[in-house]
Amino acid sequence: MRIYDAGKIVTGLAIFIVLMTSPFWLSGGKSSFPPEIKIDTPVIEGLAEKRCIEATAYMKAKHMELIDRWRQVVVREGESLYVASDGKQYRMSLSHTCLNCHSNKDQFCDRCHNYAGVKPACWSCHVVPQELKG
Amino acid sequence: MLEKALSGGRRYWTWMAFLVILLGVGFSFYLRQLDYGLGITGMSRNVTWALYIAQLTFLVGVAASAVMVVLPYYLHNYRGFGRITILGEFLAVSAVLMCLIFIIVDLGQPARAFNVLLYPTPSSILFWDMIVLNGYLLLNILIGWTVLSSERKSVPPPVWVKPLIYISIPWAISIHTVTAFIYAGLPGRSFWLTALMAPRFLASAFASGPALLILLCFILRKFTRFDAGRESVQMLAKIVTYALVISIFFVLMEIFTVFYSQIPEHMQPFKYLFVGLEGHYALVPWMWSAMVLAGLGLILLINPRTRQNETLLGIACAAVFVSLWIEKGLGLVVTGFIPSPLEKITDYSPTGPEILITLGVWAMGSFILTILYKVAVSIKEELEA
Amino acid sequence: MKSTRRTFLKIAGLSLLGVGTKPVFDALAEVEVAKALKAPEALGAKRWAMAVNPKKCSSGCKDCIEACHRVHNVPDFGNPKDEIKWIWNEPFKDAFPGQEHAYIEESFKEKPVIVLCNHCDNPPCVRVCPTKATFRRKEDGIVMMDYHRCIGCRFCVAGCPYGARSMNYRDPRPFIKAIQPDFPTRTKGVVEKCNFCEERLARGLLPACVLACKEKALIFGDLENPKSPVRELLRKNFTIRRKPELGTNPQVYYIV
Repeated sequence: MRIYDAGKIVTGLAIFIVLMTSPFWLSGGKSSFPPEIKIDTPVIEGLAEKRCIEATAYMKAKHMELIDRWRQVVVREGESLYVASDGKQYRMSLSHTCLNCHSNKDQFCDRCHNYAGVKPACWSCHVVPQELKG
Repeated sequence: MLEKALSGGRRYWTWMAFLVILLGVGFSFYLRQLDYGLGITGMSRNVTWALYIAQLTFLVGVAASAVMVVLPYYLHNYRGFGRITILGEFLAVSAVLMCLIFIIVDLGQPARAFNVLLYPTPSSILFWDMIVLNGYLLLNILIGWTVLSSERKSVPPPVWVKPLIYISIPWAISIHTVTAFIYAGLPGRSFWLTALMAPRFLASAFASGPALLILLCFILRKFTRFDAGRESVQMLAKIVTYALVISIFFVLMEIFTVFYSQIPEHMQPFKYLFVGLEGHYALVPWMWSAMVLAGLGLILLINPRTRQNETLLGIACAAVFVSLWIEKGLGLVVTGFIPSPLEKITDYSPTGPEILITLGVWAMGSFILTILYKVAVSIKEELEA
Repeated sequence: MKSTRRTFLKIAGLSLLGVGTKPVFDALAEVEVAKALKAPEALGAKRWAMAVNPKKCSSGCKDCIEACHRVHNVPDFGNPKDEIKWIWNEPFKDAFPGQEHAYIEESFKEKPVIVLCNHCDNPPCVRVCPTKATFRRKEDGIVMMDYHRCIGCRFCVAGCPYGARSMNYRDPRPFIKAIQPDFPTRTKGVVEKCNFCEERLARGLLPACVLACKEKALIFGDLENPKSPVRELLRKNFTIRRKPELGTNPQVYYIV
């Protein structure tokens, strides 16, 4: 059996392998660990029960869907109060409810988002109250 | 068949390289526009549609003009157009593609363009515009490519192409009618609020499109062995002539209605265009140039002696094309915003980045047109050998 | 067989489509619909409307404009090209084109007339929006903007006969004097306009412009409530609206 253009094939294959394994050899063989997010803000410390508006596992998996649903309801359906699964009511607001407890956006939201390479577009419009000067 | 576009002489590759460079420059300025915002253009609070939408409006007409070769050939068996229907269809593909790209380039949030599909809104003409433009693109790609490849293999085209061709004829009319409806239904813009908008669009489309097609045939005759034939060029010229006459007639109708009724709101935009309004006369030289060019084109085209002289015909077609590009482009779009609903006159002139982005899109369209024409012409040359 | 490769590719394509259906389905599935309510203090109406009394405006006063633009983080670009405004004033001849004449009452000639989005009952902007990013609330008639959905096509700007809408041609953030955290800013590439302060109404507050006016030139209320302040004014005064002949049915009434 003859291989045609063997030189080109082998060169191409070599380049491919180098490119595909680049994440491993570029990081020098070190592992990178999931980010450590801080929830020790003053407001959270002051809470009786350290629980978000829904269970932590639910928030971890579905906070994006929840926020997406909130913006749909607040803007398009004109309602402003969310009734959580435990019956408590919260104002549907990223800046005033979520960021009220999680006032350390850069040590909470940003840590995971940066690690996962996610750039939510929310912040181009929604104000982070803690980032305002004065 | 695309491999035909991968081989060519030095002039071919130089032309393609030139287009790619223009495209690259345009694209890099588009990246700057994405970063800075549409403020990088000359648009303002009052003049919110300008050069990009003007190109879209004009090019929809060029795209629709493919019907002017398809209709006589397929509906009335006019054999003379047999060899150039493919040129008309491929011109339509390139023109519609440019339209779609100009729309994207003009959006403030292009990443959200998919929202038009996710939240269909039949009350909005833009929704229908999206449907008809994309449909027309698909139709012409399918029809052109299939018919050409059947021709190459010397077999009749598959049965399903015929109904598509018949659909493409009213569809061509629809793309320009729908685009006209974008303007003609807005209660606050009296310059556009005329029932003649769609007819005017169609008339100027059937003048400018075939004029361009004639010029392209001349170019092909000069640089390739493909000759469209004197008869088909002369028939196209007659189509341009009649369409130009009707187009000019329609404009004169507008001018009569506006100036005989003496309604200030209707007169103001026309005054702005032709004599200036309250000291603003930026578009006046452009409009009069367009009128002169249209007149020149008309004289050369109406007289059969000059029409049959191919040099003079070429000049006439170029004049008609440029004249309608001015009149249906900036002349139509920007003037709809002048004066504003609050009687303000805001001048508009395109900025450098805006012009370069526009040229980049034209380069992209020309690039695609060149590839498609290279394929078509190579195959025709091959068949005739 | 001549077409084995083609057949293989066709089958591969179809399989990919089939394999991809479930993940797409899962991705598009919505979060379980939890309940949502209006806040108890929210102000409600069947038809919000505004009455403007230009006679009460003092020339040079910009209280309502500054209040609105401050509360809503409206940027000031410093040039008329990029300008964004939700509420502003115009001379009578420009607010009511065609109504002016040479012998008009002196006080009207120079009087600034406050203009803003009219929150029409038959809004052309809503008709033309391809994504329903601008929509009319059936419950109270406010013409809303959904800045999340707007693609920035500016068809609504072309459609509005009143020039009420502004496009964000640049990033507005650096040009907002003092960002108020209570209301988001907008981003480049979307169109914005007055929203009748619907976010304040939801919290039981009247619109910022209405409260800021010391002369009480702006009156806000429920048009369908015969006892509302707007209806009182409409009963007692002759009122006109901007460009009524266009059929937009605007809901800002001007006392002349």
